[in-house]
Amino acid sequence: MILGIDVGGTHTDAVLIDGNRVVEKVKVVTDRIDLSRSLLKVTDKALHETNPEDLERVVLSTTISTNAIVQNLTSPVGMILASGPGLSPSALRINENCHFVSGYVNHRGIPVAPIDKGTVQKTGMLFKTSGIDHIGIVGKFSCRNPDIETDIEDALGFTFSHCSLGHRMSGNLNFPRRIATTYLNASISDIYGDFITMVTAFAGRFKASFPIFILKADGGTFEINQSARYPVQTILSGPAASIMGILSLAEFTTDAVALDIGGTTTDIAIFADGSPLLEPLGVTIAGHKTLIRGLRTRSIGIGGDSAAEFVNGEYIIGPERKGPAAAFGGPCPTPTDAMVVLGLTEIGDKEKALAAIGTIAQKAGHTAGKAAETIFDETCRKIARAVIGMVEEVNNEPVYTIHELLEGKRIKPERLYAVGGPAEPMAPAIGSILGYSVNIPDHAEVANAVGAALARTTTELTVLADTEKMIATIVEEGLQLSISPKFSKADAIGICKEKLRERALSMGAAEEDLELEIIEEHVFNMVRGYSKVGQNIRIKGQVKPGLISRCMKSAPAR
Amino acid sequence: MKKIKKTGLVFFPAFDWAISPTHPEREERLLYTQDQVFEEGLLDFENIIEYKPGLATYEDINRIHISVPDAEKVTTQSHLISAGGAITAAEKVMEKNVDNAFALVRPPGHHAMRVVHGARGFCNINIEAIMIEYIRRKYGPKRIAVVDTDCHHGDGTEDIFWHDPHTLYISVHQDGRTLYPGTGFPREFGGPNAYGCNINIPLPPGTSEEGFLFTLDNVILPILKDYNPDIIINSAGQDNHYTDPITNMNFTAQGYAILSERLSPHIAVLEGGYSVETALPYINVGIILAMAGLDYSQVREPDYDPALIKQKPETTKYIEELASALMKKWESRNDEKNKLPRSGQFESRTKSIYYDTDNIHEEQTESVRLCNDCSGLVTVDSRATTGNRIFAVIVPGQSCPVCRKRGEEIFASKSKSLYDYIYFQDRDCDVYECRKR
Repeated sequence: MILGIDVGGTHTDAVLIDGNRVVEKVKVVTDRIDLSRSLLKVTDKALHETNPEDLERVVLSTTISTNAIVQNLTSPVGMILASGPGLSPSALRINENCHFVSGYVNHRGIPVAPIDKGTVQKTGMLFKTSGIDHIGIVGKFSCRNPDIETDIEDALGFTFSHCSLGHRMSGNLNFPRRIATTYLNASISDIYGDFITMVTAFAGRFKASFPIFILKADGGTFEINQSARYPVQTILSGPAASIMGILSLAEFTTDAVALDIGGTTTDIAIFADGSPLLEPLGVTIAGHKTLIRGLRTRSIGIGGDSAAEFVNGEYIIGPERKGPAAAFGGPCPTPTDAMVVLGLTEIGDKEKALAAIGTIAQKAGHTAGKAAETIFDETCRKIARAVIGMVEEVNNEPVYTIHELLEGKRIKPERLYAVGGPAEPMAPAIGSILGYSVNIPDHAEVANAVGAALARTTTELTVLADTEKMIATIVEEGLQLSISPKFSKADAIGICKEKLRERALSMGAAEEDLELEIIEEHVFNMVRGYSKVGQNIRIKGQVKPGLISRCMKSAPAR
Repeated sequence: MKKIKKTGLVFFPAFDWAISPTHPEREERLLYTQDQVFEEGLLDFENIIEYKPGLATYEDINRIHISVPDAEKVTTQSHLISAGGAITAAEKVMEKNVDNAFALVRPPGHHAMRVVHGARGFCNINIEAIMIEYIRRKYGPKRIAVVDTDCHHGDGTEDIFWHDPHTLYISVHQDGRTLYPGTGFPREFGGPNAYGCNINIPLPPGTSEEGFLFTLDNVILPILKDYNPDIIINSAGQDNHYTDPITNMNFTAQGYAILSERLSPHIAVLEGGYSVETALPYINVGIILAMAGLDYSQVREPDYDPALIKQKPETTKYIEELASALMKKWESRNDEKNKLPRSGQFESRTKSIYYDTDNIHEEQTESVRLCNDCSGLVTVDSRATTGNRIFAVIVPGQSCPVCRKRGEEIFASKSKSLYDYIYFQDRDCDVYECRKR
């Protein structure tokens, strides 16, 4: 059996899955002061008839990292940046403890200037004396040659409780994002460490041992002890949980759109051939653009509780939420009230809904029925427009080869999967605007916990080979190997798959879930003068985000 | 504090296209530029917006070129994309989505002339010229200035706009006596109807930042101020760099950034530049930052050493004298133009054109009607070693009724026996016709 738990800001949800059936689902209010109490409460309820020894695994999705960042509950971080030429340092200063040091490598990873060890050591001393115990080290192009960062770490001369190195965060280019990612990772390492201690203690109460996994922003999982070094990967796992939940509850292999329609916002995700799309570079959190691999979602400020107003001859819905729907004692009319009035749902107090819609109808000079209909239509239309905008955005993503420009895949969704409170009454209307067929999965109200429970372990890995320099770099592992001048693309792909496998297994992946795929492969002849001097090979592989194989083989969990 | 501008970037490195595997115009060309632009995170700036290139159509090409036998035969998809990328950049500026835009695309185009029998100087079609005619077709007549900062004289652009007083072409390049294509001298000052609208500034080998910026401040910017164009386009070749393998100049990434800032083009289009690893990444980052009004002061090449590229005093003196001679010529352009005959007769010039990339020779006679009322009707009689002989009639944009009527008559009367193809290009009516033998 698998226990999936999603610790959300408002509710903590748990599901217990046996084989391919959801056998228990529990929802409790999250205790924001003491998360362990919420954990204990849902677990007790979910496991009331189950022996903990029967648990194969427990998967947690948590807002702890997101909240720490959004609410600024972070540790001060001493940042050391080797920025080289390019953007001015003033554009890169992420916090007040940001120090720039000399030394850099170029785009091929070739060292151009060495670091100044004396300055690094002085900076280390400064951090130590000012009580900074969390360090982030980032070099420009460190994903092409990690030495620049490890040299700085070695030169620091002191031991700190945490040190994040930029190249370990991602193999992708983007120095400002690498700085932000490294900074965030270091800044939440303490609070996340406390969380791990809490969860481990909590698990210790059961007289059973089972692996514990944590959900990441990309909808994959990693084993809890592995997560300790990369807590930043766990941000924004809430939306990821819902999206993976939709995938597991409604198995499909086509292009599709998923909606999580909430009270304040609606989250949109897109699937290509049944796989959720990832952000091209990384997710954005609290204004920080990062390199954190994450599912591509767009959140729009409209939901069941959005405030509806009539201004200048128009019904305006959202983005503000002034409280619950009038039908639940809220202060103003909302799309939920409109649905109550139209008889699309039977929740709340219909009299109160009618009264609220009545006031706005009067202002507009419409009947209550007409007002309700217009509010409902406009809400659905707004969501549909956002879906169309997002699909267009994905299809207009720049590409860099003639082949992709002329023959590249275009997403053409034909199905809509919706979860969330207002999904049932709204999804059919949104689907009909878009011309998509509509599906509302069973157990949609706990899709997030189901998604966490069934997500597989994911990771990605970049291999760069420069046959002129005779070096291959396995970026995210910080490894450099000597290669022969005859090293080929096939060799690079071989190494990528092998190292990717090892990496995924060490993160807790099950052998049968290693669905490896090469997502980028480029080979360039390097020519100097008029002759070829070598090849520049760039390979990126990933374990595809998806579900653990037990649910792929059997029918979807129901 | 610099003024922040909204800058569009059409980036298309065509990672799957090369003229041949070891040719300078190969897959690797913009690889390290992409690396540097991505690593600097330039696309994350709110005021830098990336656009996917559109595809130029054969109609777009037919508005500017006479392609032999037709546009489809002289281009590949890569050319349609690079011309399309330039058009996308122009559209974003014209529609005011952005303040300026940079088409960082390949292959280049400024050696492609009006008549195209094949590829020359790595160029098949002239992507700026196609873009300019697209702008005029879609947004109406415009006064346009093209400032070509490629190290090679843009003989294609010069040829196409030679008779067009609505387009000012300024080329600053390495002296043609020392570099391909061997043209681009001050005496090439524009056709009789567009005298003074073609400015060549041949600089001596070894010209450094100092010389380029002197020329910019003392020739290019004053002439632009006088001409007062609606749109400034920069043909942003990057082969004046001190590490370029096929030229002999000493310009730098900082210099290109300063030039872009002072010139402040509405649209920049990449042309040549083949120091793919040590120059292009830094120049392009510099140009993008400068166009966007961001701080580029820290952009420099890893091996930058001002002492090694210091300009010789005699070079400085030569450039100062050249600049003053050019300004004198510019200031007397109207007087000189008034001395030219205005008879309604045709004036002809003959040209021998070599297509180095495709090894084709072309012999051409081009005639223009001396006209007081428009740019003048143009006819071209051209024969190439491909075996093709063609005749083309070009009715310019904003043409007068007399030139139009003459053009129609000539096209109708031209005998098919002499020519493989006879073309009629009418920019006002957007008509392109071809009669085969």
